[in-house]
Amino acid sequence: MSAPATRANRPLLDVRNLHVEFPTRRGRLVAVDDVSFHIDAGEVLGVVGESGAGKSLTGAAIIGLLEPPGRIAGGEVLLDGKRIDNLPAEQLRRIRGRQIGAVFQDPLTSLDPLFTVGQQLTETITTHLDLSESEARNRAIELLREVGIPGAERRIDHYPHQFSGGMRQRVVIALALCAQPRLIIADEPTTALDVSIQAQIITLLKRLCRDHGAAVMLVTHDMGVIAETADRVAVMYAGRIAEIGPVADVIQRPRHPYTVGLMGSIPKLDRAVPRLVQIEGSMPRLNAIPTGCAFNPRCPKVFERCRIERPELFPVGGSAAACWLHATTLAEAARG
Amino acid sequence: MADGAAPARDPNAGPLLSVRDIARSFDVSRPWLARMLEGQPRLLLKAVDGVSFDIPRGETLSLVGESGCGKSTVARLVVGLYRPSRGTINFDGVNVTALRTRAALKPVRRRFQMIFQDPYASLNPRWRVRDIIAEPIRAHRLMKDNQEIGRRVDELLRLVRLSPADGEKYPHEFSGGQRQRISIARALSSNPDFLVCDEPTSALDVSVQAQILNLMKDLQRELGLTYLFISHNLAVVFHISDRVGVMYLGRIVELADVKALFASPQHPYTRLLLDAIPDLEMSGRGRTPVAGEVPNPLDPPTGCAFHPRCPWANERCRRETPVMKPVPGGASSSGTVAACHAVEEGRIGPGPTQK
Ligand SMILES: Nc1ncnc2c1ncn2[C@@H]1O[C@H](COP(=O)(O)OP(=O)(O)OP(=O)(O)O)[C@@H](O)[C@H]1O
Ligand SMILES: Nc1ncnc2c1ncn2[C@@H]1O[C@H](COP(=O)(O)OP(=O)(O)OP(=O)(O)O)[C@@H](O)[C@H]1O
Ligand code: SF4
Ligand code: SF4
Ligand SMILES: [Mg+2]
Ligand SMILES: [Mg+2]
Repeated sequence: MSAPATRANRPLLDVRNLHVEFPTRRGRLVAVDDVSFHIDAGEVLGVVGESGAGKSLTGAAIIGLLEPPGRIAGGEVLLDGKRIDNLPAEQLRRIRGRQIGAVFQDPLTSLDPLFTVGQQLTETITTHLDLSESEARNRAIELLREVGIPGAERRIDHYPHQFSGGMRQRVVIALALCAQPRLIIADEPTTALDVSIQAQIITLLKRLCRDHGAAVMLVTHDMGVIAETADRVAVMYAGRIAEIGPVADVIQRPRHPYTVGLMGSIPKLDRAVPRLVQIEGSMPRLNAIPTGCAFNPRCPKVFERCRIERPELFPVGGSAAACWLHATTLAEAARG
Repeated sequence: MADGAAPARDPNAGPLLSVRDIARSFDVSRPWLARMLEGQPRLLLKAVDGVSFDIPRGETLSLVGESGCGKSTVARLVVGLYRPSRGTINFDGVNVTALRTRAALKPVRRRFQMIFQDPYASLNPRWRVRDIIAEPIRAHRLMKDNQEIGRRVDELLRLVRLSPADGEKYPHEFSGGQRQRISIARALSSNPDFLVCDEPTSALDVSVQAQILNLMKDLQRELGLTYLFISHNLAVVFHISDRVGVMYLGRIVELADVKALFASPQHPYTRLLLDAIPDLEMSGRGRTPVAGEVPNPLDPPTGCAFHPRCPWANERCRRETPVMKPVPGGASSSGTVAACHAVEEGRIGPGPTQK
């Protein structure tokens, strides 16, 4: 089943010009606006950005689980070179089960309160892998152990409400990983977890990446997790990618003023401050995205052009930033 | 801090919340028939096993500790969502564990609110956001005039960086972090004195998190709010707390002023926990996860629950459960209480963690 190694330079996931919108009585709301990125096999792409920036919707659109009336209004999603955004629902459902593992931001929606954790895991495993009931149960126990559930052989027979918040989150991770998917979309998988369990989950994700050549899209607001896990990071703002690049560049040399503000807002342990630095103002609502650069009302570096023209992603160093400050002469020239 | 603390005469001088030796177990046995057929005993899970702390008015106590150590259970006990198996909870001088009827609890209940760990589960999907936020105001009949309630809701929405127009929408139309802010607005709507916040900013990106934490601190300063705060993010805890309780397997193992805790952690678990903080500067230090297996609450270790993972464990630790005692010596650790034989015996250096 493993993909031929010769296609090394084709990304496992390729997202091209993705648009997601909500039709409403007052017009269309564009929540994801022309987003493009790729993830290679064995690579972790971190996705960060302001609450409401469109991170979860991007993930949901990729796996075809947008809730109506939300819909993909443009663009393509390619998994291993094949388009999956235009497949019939049934075919997509099979791919999703077998090749894509999803961890949703809300752990409760992925778990059925009426069945034990073990019933849910073994069912998923036997549906997608060629294992007997008892083999599947053993695999489920092993997975629960790997996500750090103590006493897994007894805990497997408990119901979701008998687990703590962080334990439920880990059960959902186990559920997403149990069929050994090639693409993992993990939306805030470690929010409720303390640092040492986080480390364990991160190690597990990285191992899957390495051993099975899985590609991971990791949505999180936790820069510590990003710093340790991701190979590259995409920073989203108001439905678009503001900056994308190798993790070290984005964290240590942020180029987009929004990323700079984001890095400054992180509470630090080495000094007590009366107030945390915050980016003043809030992200625009979808029905009131300003013209030009969407960040311009909050940007300390704003200038004339920002209010009129929308910046594309310009290459800066190893990254790319959608900001006029980084408009390269070359890109400028090309635009005339 | 020890249990014998003298009751203050002036009610305003005493702590707002005083928790003594609370415990809560859950029955997690298989169904009765299956148990009988397989000859299994009843299975009890001690989620919280003897926790005591005080929170003075206008202060913030944070609880930290590994996933599953009992933080949310303490929170739920404090707000009365679970009944304790033993122990007492005093709120503003009233023993709330003795109040058995809803009517008796009502005047106290109005004064505290809880922000739940799971923002989805606590928002009614069929209600408009406006009504969700106004619910505590209506339930406690704090305002009667609908226009007045509307104005209050608008104000709360702006406070959490949403807009009044968002009030007309339903929860599913919001992103994860936006929903978390809705539950914060709801908790603030009835002007509570005391807020229990279970991971209130876990789904928020850092810039909105900074706004919410600043807001919480401002409200505390202006209105004298008291917080019980739960977070796995130690940097957030460092920023928001006056005191911190470190929990391990259903108990508090160290209780200290926030600065003392971070500068000179005493209990071995606290020391290792601080070492596990991820390193943003990417200096190559990397985190050192607390080694060893997370304990199983269904089969807790003997003696000190931390002994299987503790580098300082000895025979006494395996046998005897340590109790909370003031830490001897060191001005830096004044006011710190810890449950550890090695700390008590002085066979563990003051040395903080690597930094
Ligand atoms: N069903 C819906 N109807 C209208 N707008 C919606 C709907 N679902 C999401 N949105 C809007 O789309 C935007 C993006 O939402 P999304 O859930 O992708 O954000 P996010 O980046 O994941 O944020 P968070 O970090 O808070 O989870 C938000 O402004 C949200 O209000
Ligand atoms: N209703 C319940 N029935 C059975 N067991 C429960 C119940 N609620 C909690 N537990 C168990 O009690 C222990 C403590 O749970 P609690 O939710 O208090 O942990 P927590 O410290 O909040 O963890 P997290 O950081 O993961 O949220 C866990 O082992 C959990 O499985
Ligand atoms: S384009 Fe202008 S407004 Fe936008 S981020 Fe750059 S400098 Fe700021
Ligand atoms: S009592 Fe013993 S085992 Fe427990 S933390 Fe102290 S030294 Fe370690
Ligand atoms: Mg989201
Ligand atoms: Mg919890």
